[in-house]
Amino acid sequence: MKRHLVSTADLTRDDALLILDTAEELAQLSGRAVKKLPTLRGRTVVNLFFEDSTRTKTSFEVAEKRLSADVINFSAKGSSVSKGESLKDTALTLQAMGADAVVIRHHASGAPARLAQSDWLHGSVINAGDGTHEHPTQALLDAFTMRRHLNPGAGKDLAGRRITIVGDVLHSRVARSNVHLLNTLGAEVTFVAPPTLVPIGIDTWPCQVSYDLDAVLPKTDALMMLRVQRERMNAAFFPTEREYSRRYGMDGLRMAQLPEHAIVMHPGPMVRGMEITAEVADSPRCTAVEQVANGVSIRMAVLYLLLGGATLADAPRTTDSSEAAQ
Amino acid sequence: MTTHASSAPRPPHQVLDATDVARVVTRIAHEIVERAKGAEDVVLLGIHTRGVHLARRLQTKLTQITGREIPFGTLDITMYRDDLRLKPARALEHTEIPADGIDGKLVILVDDVLFSGRTIRAALDALSDIGRPRAVQLAVLVDRGHRELPIRADYVGKNLPTSLREAVQVQLADTDGRDGVLVGDRDYTARSSQALAADPHLPE
Repeated sequence: MKRHLVSTADLTRDDALLILDTAEELAQLSGRAVKKLPTLRGRTVVNLFFEDSTRTKTSFEVAEKRLSADVINFSAKGSSVSKGESLKDTALTLQAMGADAVVIRHHASGAPARLAQSDWLHGSVINAGDGTHEHPTQALLDAFTMRRHLNPGAGKDLAGRRITIVGDVLHSRVARSNVHLLNTLGAEVTFVAPPTLVPIGIDTWPCQVSYDLDAVLPKTDALMMLRVQRERMNAAFFPTEREYSRRYGMDGLRMAQLPEHAIVMHPGPMVRGMEITAEVADSPRCTAVEQVANGVSIRMAVLYLLLGGATLADAPRTTDSSEAAQ
Repeated sequence: MTTHASSAPRPPHQVLDATDVARVVTRIAHEIVERAKGAEDVVLLGIHTRGVHLARRLQTKLTQITGREIPFGTLDITMYRDDLRLKPARALEHTEIPADGIDGKLVILVDDVLFSGRTIRAALDALSDIGRPRAVQLAVLVDRGHRELPIRADYVGKNLPTSLREAVQVQLADTDGRDGVLVGDRDYTARSSQALAADPHLPE
């Protein structure tokens, strides 16, 4: 595995399965009285959040604490960033404080990649969502949830499973991360969205595109609803919310068209009445809450695999200089 | 390392064959029943990889002797190791604790070779996070000495005095196709805590 997790496109099939299998083992921990492992004792993990997030940040924090890492939360609000500090200077500060890993969420696409490629930080960089680019741990937890329902067992992938992702693909980092990872795991991905919410250049992605949700539903093993990201919308992408909801929203009637075994997923936060009705959201087929629980296991697995073994900081001096020379 | 490589390694020779291993497992099972006065509250926990197979064999024997199903589980101690930072992160094995748990039980840890004692230290730490056993005992197929921690086994299949240059290899039909214990010169690709301490620059 690479030293950073910036994009799911960097993960090979073996890497992805290793993360899923490790998460499967770590999931047992939540059933125990002592939900803690000593593995990352003495490692410092910084949660660097330039954008609001409750779910992802809490999930990372729980995962870090369960592995006994020292957790530092750094949010843009109320920090030196609001005084005009650049990403580089923030990173240099964190490096000086001895961060072993930085979990970064940034409103600009590519900010985690910039951190990972620079020599500002020596620790691992974990992308927790950057702009409209990627959100790899979300894709991993989605794949983990799908595997548990569709093809359970260690070492199994999602070969031949049909995954439909519906909604605001244009602004969705979840969709981008998912399409690469699901393709790596052998699944067939179909995007369903109004033409205005389909990104330019989607024909280069390993996926199908459809504008008709009802036609796709009977051929779906897992259906993922995306939130319409109003905060990122700078134009009228569809006439009215009601029209969007009628054509692309999930309701009880549409749920009945899904095959018996199919699950309905949502990365959250859900907007009930918009992309999903309360009937679907509260049905046992909806895995939204399960996805949150799985998120902790996946993030523990990622943190363990990146930080649990030998890292650059532990390597002898000789290895350091030889890497620098390359 | 070049000095070691120049002396040709001896081929490993067998110290226990398949029938010896079977006899040892039977004897340890009887010792457990004797020491635990009928093995009423015994829980067997095998430590990956070969400890699990040995624990399963012990369970079969104990079931034959006592006529009761003895609870059996597996323990992966990777997350508790003290040498995690010497290698890249490794994959986890499956930990399965019997449904009734280990609280108030007599837990018997089972492993193939007792060497530095560091694996057992990690297993004890793992146990304390899972529950509170009445007591913990240790059963091993081979005790090869060279302890680095104050740990000893309660049930030993064979005491095998070795030098640090030697390697003890336990083979079990479940993983290696045959039962037996071999002793030979240390293969330098197989790394233990001692080998690492002696030479931390060994190739992966």
